[in-house]
Amino acid sequence: MAASEPVVLDVDGLSALFEALKRRGYRVVGPTVRDKAIVYDDLAGPADLPEGWTDEQDGGHYRLVRRDDRALFGYVVGPQSWKQFLHAPRVDLWHGTKRGDDVRVEAAPSPSEQVLAEPLAFIGVRACELQAIAVQDRVLMGGAYVDPHYKARREGAFLVAVNCGQAGGTCFCVSMETGPKATAGFDLSLTELLDDGGHRFLVEVGTEQGRSVLAELPHRPATAAEIAAAAAVVERTAASMGREMRSDDVRDLLMRNLEHRRWEDVADRCLSCGNCTMVCPTCFCTTVEETSDLTGTESARSRRWDSCFTMDFSYIHGGSVRSSTKSRYRQWMTHKLATWHDQFDMSGCVGCGRCITWCPVGIDITEEVRAIRDGEPN
Amino acid sequence: MLPRIARTRRRRRDGPAVWTLDIEMADGGPPAFAPGQFNMLTAFGVGEVPISVSGDPADPSRLVHTIRAVGPASTALARLGPGDALGLRGPFGVGWPMEQAVGRDVVVIAGGLGLAPLRPALYRLLAERERYGSIVLLYGTRSPDEIMFRRELESWRRRLDIDIEVTVDHAVGDWRGHVGVVTTLIPRSAFDPSSAVALVCGPEIMMRFAIASLQDSGVADDAIYLSMERNMKCAVGLCGHCQMGPVLVCRDGPVFRYDRIRSILAAREI
Amino acid sequence: METHGLDRILREHRFFAGLDEESCGVVCGCARNVRFEAGQYLFRAGESADQFYLLRHGRVALEVADPGRGAVTFQTVGEGEVVGVSWLIPPYRWTYDAKAVELVRAIAMDASCLRRKCEADHDLGYEMMKRFVPVLVDRLQTTRLQILDVYGSNG
Repeated sequence: MAASEPVVLDVDGLSALFEALKRRGYRVVGPTVRDKAIVYDDLAGPADLPEGWTDEQDGGHYRLVRRDDRALFGYVVGPQSWKQFLHAPRVDLWHGTKRGDDVRVEAAPSPSEQVLAEPLAFIGVRACELQAIAVQDRVLMGGAYVDPHYKARREGAFLVAVNCGQAGGTCFCVSMETGPKATAGFDLSLTELLDDGGHRFLVEVGTEQGRSVLAELPHRPATAAEIAAAAAVVERTAASMGREMRSDDVRDLLMRNLEHRRWEDVADRCLSCGNCTMVCPTCFCTTVEETSDLTGTESARSRRWDSCFTMDFSYIHGGSVRSSTKSRYRQWMTHKLATWHDQFDMSGCVGCGRCITWCPVGIDITEEVRAIRDGEPN
Repeated sequence: MLPRIARTRRRRRDGPAVWTLDIEMADGGPPAFAPGQFNMLTAFGVGEVPISVSGDPADPSRLVHTIRAVGPASTALARLGPGDALGLRGPFGVGWPMEQAVGRDVVVIAGGLGLAPLRPALYRLLAERERYGSIVLLYGTRSPDEIMFRRELESWRRRLDIDIEVTVDHAVGDWRGHVGVVTTLIPRSAFDPSSAVALVCGPEIMMRFAIASLQDSGVADDAIYLSMERNMKCAVGLCGHCQMGPVLVCRDGPVFRYDRIRSILAAREI
Repeated sequence: METHGLDRILREHRFFAGLDEESCGVVCGCARNVRFEAGQYLFRAGESADQFYLLRHGRVALEVADPGRGAVTFQTVGEGEVVGVSWLIPPYRWTYDAKAVELVRAIAMDASCLRRKCEADHDLGYEMMKRFVPVLVDRLQTTRLQILDVYGSNG
């Protein structure tokens, strides 16, 4: 994809983007304020965006705070990620019917049919989230078996990325080399500029699809000053990360410290609530449920999100392999940072910080890694 | 993946709460499988569980699974009678190293229900007998009435080209065979430890003890294969349940070469 | 002559492998050849542990009597192995029954004779211990695995 010169959209241009996407039949989803958080939901237009809001985040702490400007994307990441749309929390798999001796199994309506009717357009995808989507692409589409439900939702999706204007209190994308600038995986990427020149967006094109949508929108070439301003935004964000984690050696560090006493320490704090797995944009584990009616003639199987923190996640006859909180926390963290490399040739962590923010007791994955490294027996 | 419909042809009790189902596909032939692979069997309305195939890989007309009734799904499956329907997905997984074992002695060590996933390997070894060196089967179980596949064991015993030793943890009545754990049979078996391949399947504790005994006898870690078991939901590497450190049991196993998972097995609750 | 033949048999038994000729001769003085028919008991629980047996042929079942179930065999011992370790420690009493499952030929060692000789010659005593301790440890380890009852429906 040849790099083209960046262009600029103003706020009306942004409205036009929403219109263009709707005209093409996309279901437009993006950030909006609800229940004192910025969540991802259906958007009617830019008016639904969290104008003038930012988020204050720390271990076990999330608050929306008013900004002193009218930035539309002036926040970082909320409790949800785009995985709720791509890797649906609940999917019907099949339906079985038994009439006398005759038993039939039919697939639930094909995801492709549902989704082709209304493909997804995401507005406001952060660089870390683009990487998270790339991670789930690898996990769910890059192996011997492809998840058809994920694939159907993913392949038609249109991604509009946003470069973060500030780093969050728990962000560490720089450490994980996933941001703060969106460099790949988007159709269009926006950097919000709000200064004497007005409220506008520097736009970079990522794909032909993005280019063709942009062509329908009122835009003009970016000035050198605007290009520099956008670069400065990214630099400022990169310099103000809330957390950091040395990530080049984490896989080996954790795998040789499976019996480190730090695991006991974190187990004393961990409630095994599973919040981290719910908010993490790369966690993908699922379970299946079989239901039937009382007569046994109709049965159905569905799939839903699961968490390795549940007691029966690892249940085999006689009991769970991982019955202690310690072993389950260790499983989550070593999978995310270490064995994910063995399984998928990449890290499972994108440095978004959600697990730190949404842990009720503020367990900080970057701090745990540091403690293990510092306390490593020599 | 949709389960295919299968029907039970025959059902036989093979021990306390252990049933062997002989099933046929409702549509077309049974899927070909390699010894050591498993299928996901669905008891409609109840659930789906992984069950090793325990039949003869060379017999395309029969698909056999041995099931211990421990939970709701396995209990429902074990209760299926002739003509009853079940769902089947598979086969999945990496099986026993039949090709790597060619030209070498093969020691098969089975504990309890572990004889079921090993039976297809034994069928293959005996069907292609001339390709392998000495073949030894060491089978341990709890007590004489829990010995599975008696008829097969008897008919194999009558052959002169396989050594079979059966032992039980304790016995009452007129049992005149070995009593003691299966590991005690290893030092006294006739195989060449420097070149033999060992296939081990049974409860994890038993496998660990058996491996220690094999190592004491001089068998190298990369000549020992074991079959692991973990919680499975999808069997295709997408649900995350069967993880054992860096490996997925459904996709990288259930049969593993011991040296490749030795450090994982050494960790507790992994 | 009987003793000379026994000497050779003793030295060839796996248990005494590596024992020097002189010690063999000493030990042999406590040994004699025995034979049990199938079903015959070598000894019973509660009896005084006067001898132990080096099996040359046949299988012996170690049993305890359970009122509800009759005799429960918890171990079998075969050719080349040793039956009886209770002779080593006071009160020198058998804690289980030992029954010949089939025809058994063995060397019976007189326990008090051997204990006396070991007291008199500690080097001989150490050679005996070196041979018995591995048997005890091995029995302990395999018994532990049996206790775990791994084949139960929870295993």
